[in-house]
Amino acid sequence: MNNKDLLNLIDITVSFEGFLALNKLNLNLNKGELRAVIGPNGAGKTTFLDVITGKVKPTNGEVIFKGKSLIGKKEHKIARLGVGRKFQSPRIFENLTVKENLEISVSTPKSPLNLINKNIKDDQLDEIERLTKIVNLSNKVNSKAGSLSHGQKQWLEIAMLVGQKPDLMLVDEPVAGLTDEETDLTADLLKSLSGENTVVVIDHDMEFIRRLDSNVSVLNQGTVLCEGTMETIQKDKKVIDVYLGRPED
Amino acid sequence: MTLSKIKFDKKIILSIWIILIALIIAAPTLLPVFRLNLLGRYLSLSIVALGVDLIWGYTGLLSLGQGIFFALGGYCAAMYLQITSSSEFPNNIPEFFALYGVEKLPFFWEPFRSPVFTFFAIWIIPALVAGLIGFLVFRNRIKGVYFSILTQASLLVFFNFFNGQQKLINGTNGLKTDVTQLFGQMVGSESIQRIFFWITAIMVIAAWFFAKWVVKGRFGNILIGIRDDEPRVRFTGYNPVIFKTIIFSIAGGLAGISGALYTVQSGIVSPQFMTVPFSIEMVIWVAVGGRGTLLGAILGAVFINYAKSLVSEALPASWMFIQGGLFILVVTALPEGVLGWLQGDGPRNLLQKFGFKRKIETYPSLEVKNKEGK
Repeated sequence: MNNKDLLNLIDITVSFEGFLALNKLNLNLNKGELRAVIGPNGAGKTTFLDVITGKVKPTNGEVIFKGKSLIGKKEHKIARLGVGRKFQSPRIFENLTVKENLEISVSTPKSPLNLINKNIKDDQLDEIERLTKIVNLSNKVNSKAGSLSHGQKQWLEIAMLVGQKPDLMLVDEPVAGLTDEETDLTADLLKSLSGENTVVVIDHDMEFIRRLDSNVSVLNQGTVLCEGTMETIQKDKKVIDVYLGRPED
Repeated sequence: MTLSKIKFDKKIILSIWIILIALIIAAPTLLPVFRLNLLGRYLSLSIVALGVDLIWGYTGLLSLGQGIFFALGGYCAAMYLQITSSSEFPNNIPEFFALYGVEKLPFFWEPFRSPVFTFFAIWIIPALVAGLIGFLVFRNRIKGVYFSILTQASLLVFFNFFNGQQKLINGTNGLKTDVTQLFGQMVGSESIQRIFFWITAIMVIAAWFFAKWVVKGRFGNILIGIRDDEPRVRFTGYNPVIFKTIIFSIAGGLAGISGALYTVQSGIVSPQFMTVPFSIEMVIWVAVGGRGTLLGAILGAVFINYAKSLVSEALPASWMFIQGGLFILVVTALPEGVLGWLQGDGPRNLLQKFGFKRKIETYPSLEVKNKEGK
């Protein structure tokens, strides 16, 4: 491990009653990196996010984030350390307005006393305005989040993720169910976020991953099969076998 | 939400408030003392209903054990009244102790000689007990049905404990308050009861403002977030355990105030306040009035209880069927409760069923085209 590393996963094993969802998975992320993670169904992509965010405790192995171990920490503590997550299907608070959703994400400190006593700070309101502009929701600020279209919900959740100001953003299938145009915009948005932030994107959509133009890790059966640029990945024999199947001899 | 609908909501709420306050002010002159006293009792019940709305309507915690905190508040008030009115009894302690041969006042009665202590105990003790129970339950991530069962089990534990403690708190007989003295007058007398009515009316409004303040801003939004998607709240960096403990504790405190006011107006506190049906009724008031509306909780508690006393007078033994029917009606036809239905699309949908055309908001240009088309 060196100073450039933000996150190190070391020999992570997750066993669900004997079934190995992750099997000695090793992965390092540099600060400011944009990394795509792909893999067939059941490869352990979502479990991999669950381990980092504290939802699942690994049977074995170590998660080091900014030099500290995350194992055994509660989810909200990990979130406060700077790990943000966007879920596979958009998870927003449908009964709250767009603005209220974003207020929840940008508010700090996240203690009950602060929330009940004080009004939201001006710079946080500015941040909300900036975020709604980025994701094209400026004219929907006071609409219930539940009334948004699917794509707008996805973007609202991405805006909430950015509003949390995490050092590490974990983005699970951000373009599922989006139109081509929306997909392109999302890819550009994620690209613009990297550099300042470290972003991990999980997805199936090859076109989308190619557009991200980043390093790719391929997961299969709970372990990292191969890492590299999109081009090297596509030429890799193991990856072709997993994705396309070996032709019968 | 469209602009016209916000105005619509505000108008409804405001007019309900005006009617409510006018009724409260007019009540003491219009109603005979007996009815006034009943109204006062039901108004005090609306405070516990407000607490139920905070934890259930906003935070999604269905507690079937609010009777615990309600009774604790009642006992605090009754103990104060009993101990300060016991100067002519043997050993200067409340009369009932003599029945069981108790000569020395149990230690926990002592602080209730002080009116200041009692004033705080009425809401702080139930709030602390609720906070403790809540923290242990929430920390272990017990929710949903399991939470409801656990609160009901706690209720039964408290009920059985209070029932069996003759030598401490007169057990199943409870503590009477109507024959005790306050400011040199009988608590059950008309003048004192009128004062309690006013105190209750003011407390209901104060409790409503307090509850409104709790849910109005970001804190209330987190509560709604916990109700709708608790893991999401956690991954955003909030600790739901603390938020749930606080709101459960607030609901406990409100239940205590409610129980104390109810006790002094009904004349007795007993373990009957901790029976299973009574705590379930509290939930029904809120369900019928409208979850997550606060005002609905108040209206539900007052109107259902008033209906209960009127129906019971006219047709004894039929109330349980009516209450059950009301609950079924609300669950099947008005899941948002009466106030929720009024605030939502309910009235317009009903008019539509009777053949009134519904106005739909469209772009003016489209409407012009339609007319031309016809």
